Amino acid sequence: MNETIGLILLIVGISFDVVGCIGLVRLPDIYNRLQAATKCVTLGTCMILLSVVFYTGLNSIGVKALLCIWFVLITAPTGAHAIARAAHRSGIRLWEGSVMDKYADDKEGTEDTA
Amino acid sequence: MKRFVHFLLLLGIWMLLTWSLHWQDLLVGAFIAFIADLMFGDIYPVNAVRILNPVRFFWFVVYGVTFLAYVIKANFDVAYRVLNINMPIRPGIVKVRTGLKTDMARTFLANSITLTPGTLSIDFIGDHLYIHWINITSDDAVKETEIIVQRFEQMLERVFE
Amino acid sequence: MIVFVSLLVFCVFLCLYRVGKGPTAPDRTVAIDILGTLVVGFCAIYSIVTKKDLYMNIGLSWALLSFIGTLALAKYLEGRGFDE
Repeated sequence: MNETIGLILLIVGISFDVVGCIGLVRLPDIYNRLQAATKCVTLGTCMILLSVVFYTGLNSIGVKALLCIWFVLITAPTGAHAIARAAHRSGIRLWEGSVMDKYADDKEGTEDTA
Repeated sequence: MKRFVHFLLLLGIWMLLTWSLHWQDLLVGAFIAFIADLMFGDIYPVNAVRILNPVRFFWFVVYGVTFLAYVIKANFDVAYRVLNINMPIRPGIVKVRTGLKTDMARTFLANSITLTPGTLSIDFIGDHLYIHWINITSDDAVKETEIIVQRFEQMLERVFE
Repeated sequence: MIVFVSLLVFCVFLCLYRVGKGPTAPDRTVAIDILGTLVVGFCAIYSIVTKKDLYMNIGLSWALLSFIGTLALAKYLEGRGFDE
């Protein structure tokens, strides 16, 4: 029973990983790529780690997998935020099809005076 | 008191990592937790201890369940957008306003926004949060705030403020 | 299990394509960050197969260290010092 749940979680997690990496290749600019890659790969890897818990039970491997889920959930969005901010500050524009960029509008007003 | 709670927390993580109750492991763990607490104890968020209050803990569980539901929804949303031939995206950066004050609550809010459907937090300036949105549906700042921020704001206010 | 590992290897090749081609430096940084998360997935699958906690130790340290590497790269791209 536990192995079946683990197998299902493993399959779903790896399909999310594949979708995230396809998004990393297909989408047009850095910010969209960050969105797809961060969300899908984070949840995919968390599901793989959760399937470790179902396969092995709550022994030293399972507890480490749970801690690893916690670390990945905390660190992945923070890393994505740091990269997005760095990209915007180092002057990379949005894709041509973008609708608006209020961050650039506001920043031009403040950076010259500061 | 605060230091002691941090010490117990670090020792707990150490025990989970080593997964043994041998006295030598415990001794090394206590020593390392003490050193880490001495070095980094003052940069802990101040009100991390207050989460132990049962009412706050209850709202934290509610927040966690809602958050997980949104994360799974986000993944199907992204999968739909990536695998569709036409790629139905309409990206842009919007500016929303939040009423949260403490650092911890703001950190949780920004991380939740990054992991929920179609939004990625970019920067915090003052009370305003800049968000990259993959599919903008409205031009009105008030409505954007309603859609993006208020999913989590009230729960986080009950947990951390 | 060999199917799952091959699918993850396919993901790694997609990431490497983005690392090689990526028009700007942040694109490459994102791909490297995602690569680090995929390695954690590899470690998890290996620990299922071998039933040893050695691989989970590697995965834990890899998750934390790749996060620090990403932050360092982001700060470098932003043109700030490391001590801020």
